[in-house]
Amino acid sequence: MNDHQPKLSNRALTARLLIFAVGMFAFGFLVLPPLYEVFCDITGFGGRTNTTAATAAENPDESRTVRIEFMAVVNSSAPWEFVPDADSMEVQPGRMYFATFSATSRAAETLVAQAVPSVSPVAANQHFKKIECFCFTSQEFAAGETRSLPLQFIVDPDLPDYVDTITLSYTLFKTENNYVSRAR
Amino acid sequence: MTTAVADAHDAHDEHHGPEKGIRRWLFTTNHKDIGTMYLVFSLIMFFVGGAMALVIRSELMQPGLQFVHPEFFNQMTTMHALIMVFGAVMPAFVGLANWMIPMMIGAPDMALPRMNNWSFWILPVAFGLLLATLFMPGGAPASGWTMYPPLVLQTGDAFPFLIFSVHLMGLSSIMGAINIIVTILNMRAPDMWLLKMPMFVWTWLITAYLLIAVMPVLAGAVTMLLTDQFFGTSFFLAAGGGDPVMFQHIFWFFGHPEVYIMILPAFGIVSEIIPTFSRKPLFGHDSMVYAASSIAFLSFIVWAHHMFTVGMPLSGQMFFMFATMLIAVPTGVKVFNWIATMWKGAMTFETPMLFSLGFVFLFTIGGLSGLMLAIAPADIQYHDSYFVVAHFHYVLVPGSIFSLMAAAYYWLPKWTGYMYNETAGKWHFWTSTFFVNLTFFPMHFLGLAGMPRRIPDYSTQFADFNFMASVGAIGFGLSQLIFVYVLLTAKKGEEASDRVWEAPKGLEWTVPSPAPYHTFDTPPVKRVHEEAFE
Repeated sequence: MNDHQPKLSNRALTARLLIFAVGMFAFGFLVLPPLYEVFCDITGFGGRTNTTAATAAENPDESRTVRIEFMAVVNSSAPWEFVPDADSMEVQPGRMYFATFSATSRAAETLVAQAVPSVSPVAANQHFKKIECFCFTSQEFAAGETRSLPLQFIVDPDLPDYVDTITLSYTLFKTENNYVSRAR
Repeated sequence: MTTAVADAHDAHDEHHGPEKGIRRWLFTTNHKDIGTMYLVFSLIMFFVGGAMALVIRSELMQPGLQFVHPEFFNQMTTMHALIMVFGAVMPAFVGLANWMIPMMIGAPDMALPRMNNWSFWILPVAFGLLLATLFMPGGAPASGWTMYPPLVLQTGDAFPFLIFSVHLMGLSSIMGAINIIVTILNMRAPDMWLLKMPMFVWTWLITAYLLIAVMPVLAGAVTMLLTDQFFGTSFFLAAGGGDPVMFQHIFWFFGHPEVYIMILPAFGIVSEIIPTFSRKPLFGHDSMVYAASSIAFLSFIVWAHHMFTVGMPLSGQMFFMFATMLIAVPTGVKVFNWIATMWKGAMTFETPMLFSLGFVFLFTIGGLSGLMLAIAPADIQYHDSYFVVAHFHYVLVPGSIFSLMAAAYYWLPKWTGYMYNETAGKWHFWTSTFFVNLTFFPMHFLGLAGMPRRIPDYSTQFADFNFMASVGAIGFGLSQLIFVYVLLTAKKGEEASDRVWEAPKGLEWTVPSPAPYHTFDTPPVKRVHEEAFE
């Protein structure tokens, strides 16, 4: 029967708990966003796909074909019409392909568009490589301009066997020409 | 409670009673005063949030739009949730912690009394800001309490008020939690070893750690919303390279521990009450502690089960599904321990016991529907349906709220010195139980049949169950007026003895009823209060 003396004074314990709370705020505000970026880049989580040019050598695997589906979505803030020229195509892994999208500005003035890509399923993200893409830079549209937007890509032959369809989706946003391409 | 009664152990009588008038409440540092203010505040918020729930249920009583515009309906669902979560349930538990923890561990007051005063008085400011948004251009926040971007960024002038009120609620909770941890760790009576602490104190210690771990993360998430809206950042804006899904991850990293913040103290309360009215010690005290700790740990690694439909790799779905199901194990330990406590006990069914039994039974229903939602492939169908609404209302209303009612009846005689009106209490329990089930049980069927949540109108096939739920909600709301009657007549009953009940355990029953303004100026020792320590 004796006292259990507190290990820390009230003041010291309070200080530590406050530091812990402030640290958790810093964790949420400063650490989690970059951590999420890194996590998504590594795993391809969240539809992540390259937004800067990838390089890949042609090395066709003629034993299989994969279906690529294209989606084009316009964010509600953006006065464009935006469609893929073909809804889908059959490709062989390791071979280079071209595809085009068409966009028409319905605005009365010059506007800048930014397309943000997303790939599904997650297992395909690291294997769908865009060599050239209109999404790598923002696109300026004069009033009423219609333009064809090019895409050049290659599907890595390492694509897992069970993936037979890859969906590539673009969402077109209006931007103030201040798009900073994060390393994503 | 109005005059100071010198403690039996006290040699030098330098006590003073509370100040008179409003200054007592504005400047008080007394844990009992602050606890009372927290409880009264949360009761007021319970009725404000309840009025909003009745607006929702009135609109949903019949298909078609009857009473309110869809925009206002969305404001009601959002505000109802924010007020009930942050204004009613959480402050009520903090109020009970303030009142009871010092008395349960033999401490004279909370460790940081001035901070205690601050952490309460921030709350009326926070909810003043939040409720003021109802009168602003663009109306109150209407994007759901989860504040998902980009929708929440369309909130009108209310947006910064929403963010700052969440900041203030977080600040209040963090300060309250730090105070509770320091009190529990540093101010226990000699011989009150950690594993001798009452379960309510234990669950609050764990809850307080959860609070200081996750409330700052929520503050960080809403701060990012604020900078996205006003300072040109793109944390959650896809056009600028951000990702709105990241908000959901951060929000639910806060949000899942948050739901345990709202239920762990409830576990503590029923773990105090069931032994008293079973006249047996709590079965498996230490296993209860380990179970609560396990639940707290698991709560940090299951957040993405709220987001199965957002899309994630199969491995992610599997992990979050099984981790979520794992929580059923420690929760099951607790439920079986309560049942084992009652086994062959000499049970009586006073109002606190009725509410506790209602808690065990109905909370378990909510827990089981939670397990159904945890199944990733099934959740694709249940997501955002009324099944989810049924699930979380079962764990929060006959769960958290019933435990709070049980606590209020259990300790009311200790607070006021008089027995409450037992007949009215029993009426309160039975009407509440009937109507809460009438309200929320049909929602399971509505959800399974495909009715989505957060909508003001619905297909006619859902009309009958919605009518039942609305009648139940009105009945439940009216039933709570019985509780107000009990509180208003709380001092009209016969005088309560110091022990109040036949065989309650715990140091709070060794002080006089009503509890004097200052208690345990000298720490209690085991040889005087032998059984209270066992």
